[in-house]
Amino acid sequence: MSATNAKSAQPMVKAEAVHKSFGLAHILKGIDLEVAPREVFCLIGPSGSGKSTFLRCINHLEKINSGRLWVDGELVGYRQRGDRLYELKDREVAAKRRDIGMVFQRFNLFPHMTALENVMEAPVQVKRESKAVARERAAKLLDRVGLADKAEHYPAQLSGGQQQRVAIARALAMEPKLMLFDEPTSALDPELVGDVLDVMRGLAEDGMTMVVVTHEMGFAREVGDALVFMDDGVVVESGHPRDVLTNPRHDRTKAFLSKVL
Amino acid sequence: MTENFEKEPVDTPATGSPEAEVPATPATADTAPTSAAPAVAAAPAAAPYEPIRAIPVRHYGRWISAVIVVALLAALAYGFSQGDIIWGTVGDKLFDKTIVQGAWHTILISVCAMLMGVVLGLVLAVMRLSNNPVTSSVAWLYIWFFRGTPVYVQLLMWFNLSLIFPVINLMPLYKNNTVAIMTPFVAALLGLGLNEGAYMAEIVRAGIQSVDLGQTEAAHALGMTGSRTMRRIVMPQAMRLIVPPTGNEFINMLKTSSLVSVVQYTELLRAASNIGSDTTAIMEMYFVACIWYLAITSVFSVGQYYMERYYARGSQRSLPPTPWQKVRANLTTVRRPKVA
Repeated sequence: MSATNAKSAQPMVKAEAVHKSFGLAHILKGIDLEVAPREVFCLIGPSGSGKSTFLRCINHLEKINSGRLWVDGELVGYRQRGDRLYELKDREVAAKRRDIGMVFQRFNLFPHMTALENVMEAPVQVKRESKAVARERAAKLLDRVGLADKAEHYPAQLSGGQQQRVAIARALAMEPKLMLFDEPTSALDPELVGDVLDVMRGLAEDGMTMVVVTHEMGFAREVGDALVFMDDGVVVESGHPRDVLTNPRHDRTKAFLSKVL
Repeated sequence: MTENFEKEPVDTPATGSPEAEVPATPATADTAPTSAAPAVAAAPAAAPYEPIRAIPVRHYGRWISAVIVVALLAALAYGFSQGDIIWGTVGDKLFDKTIVQGAWHTILISVCAMLMGVVLGLVLAVMRLSNNPVTSSVAWLYIWFFRGTPVYVQLLMWFNLSLIFPVINLMPLYKNNTVAIMTPFVAALLGLGLNEGAYMAEIVRAGIQSVDLGQTEAAHALGMTGSRTMRRIVMPQAMRLIVPPTGNEFINMLKTSSLVSVVQYTELLRAASNIGSDTTAIMEMYFVACIWYLAITSVFSVGQYYMERYYARGSQRSLPPTPWQKVRANLTTVRRPKVA
């Protein structure tokens, strides 16, 4: 690769020996991984394996205890000067999160705002966009996730699948360079999962870098570019989804896949 | 409440799916609340049906209790009619200048003290919830003191502050005799407002803590700072829980304000009893005061209802109609025969 390409070849997310504990519970025990730009990176594993915790570390909703974590070449949560690390201020952390969209298992839409207002909120409040501009773009985003006619509905008036699609539109409104999905379909009825996955598939086709914690093996196989199987706080196996899912090498992976596939 | 609300959308995906959207159930349910439900359930087989004809259960117990209650009320009314009450005085003095001014003072001191209480409550609640151990313990101490002592005693202490601090001296800013500052109004305001702050702090804290943590996380993930998250996301949702008890607090405040007559502030009760002792129509003047208190609290209760309705938006599929909307709906709906 030429020198000019070095910048774009920089990983979007890079983790080096990341540890995380909650009190005495050691959740992440040295995670190393890299997510390339435009890649759909799937994290699978049994519950309690630390995949959601790792995802939350990426946008600093959780503080890591040891190791290093970079997003787009910049250290998460700290600034390095010489050998010293300086903790970032609240406002600086918030500024970095603007570029990272996150979608939650339980949607977490703002219930006191309509779907449109949910999508407009961050651009207006955080990016100081004018309401007219934000509204227009929010309407387009809602249209993109197939909910143009639900703009004036409150979250309580929407089904789970619709709420999750609004949540995706809300995250996209900040024009992030990275999207984090924390089991986005786990709280949905089976018949509603497809709509949400379709939206995610569309995003992947548009070249969005995505880190997806999921139990949808079908989605991982079809859309994923890379897959990591985590168990008990470590990366057990990684590779291309088709390889890992069809030819797991590790016994632990085999045991897990035999239960979920 | 929040939990219930969070679950609802997940449980009812069927109503949101495109196929199920065709029947406009809410509209029919609105116009015919009693008889529409079975009709909707039987919608696919829209065959005409024979309504059940049966002799309804006779509720003898209800009749007996109604008779007893009415009899007791009649006895009470008779008792009052025999009392030595000059009703004319009640009517004459109801809009007496002193009384009206007293009522105005009651409203003024209540609103001012309540505003002070709400602002203090917000500050104290945020202090109480902060990670800083100093601010949170100071807030705790404040609440402990002002909730733990009677407001009557607090009023007296403010009023008599000059006994221990004859001069108030804020070195570079201000200096004056305490007696000059501590007018009846100021003493009343401090007594009621500071006390209210302690109660409001607990109400606000409960409201803030009721908001799901996922809301804060979602706001943070979008790049909002802590204070903006509090202002835009947490507080508006907390308001739904804060407004109803705050309304109660205010109505309590309107009544508790009668205590400030002890610091010589001429509010409604003091105005009424002043006239009462001048004219010997003591009880009559208390009646006048009661009528005014009832009128004022009733008006503010209506205001509270509309405020609660505003902050409930988004928490229910559709807001309940206001009483006025109900009246209009009833006027326009054709009366339908009751099916027994």
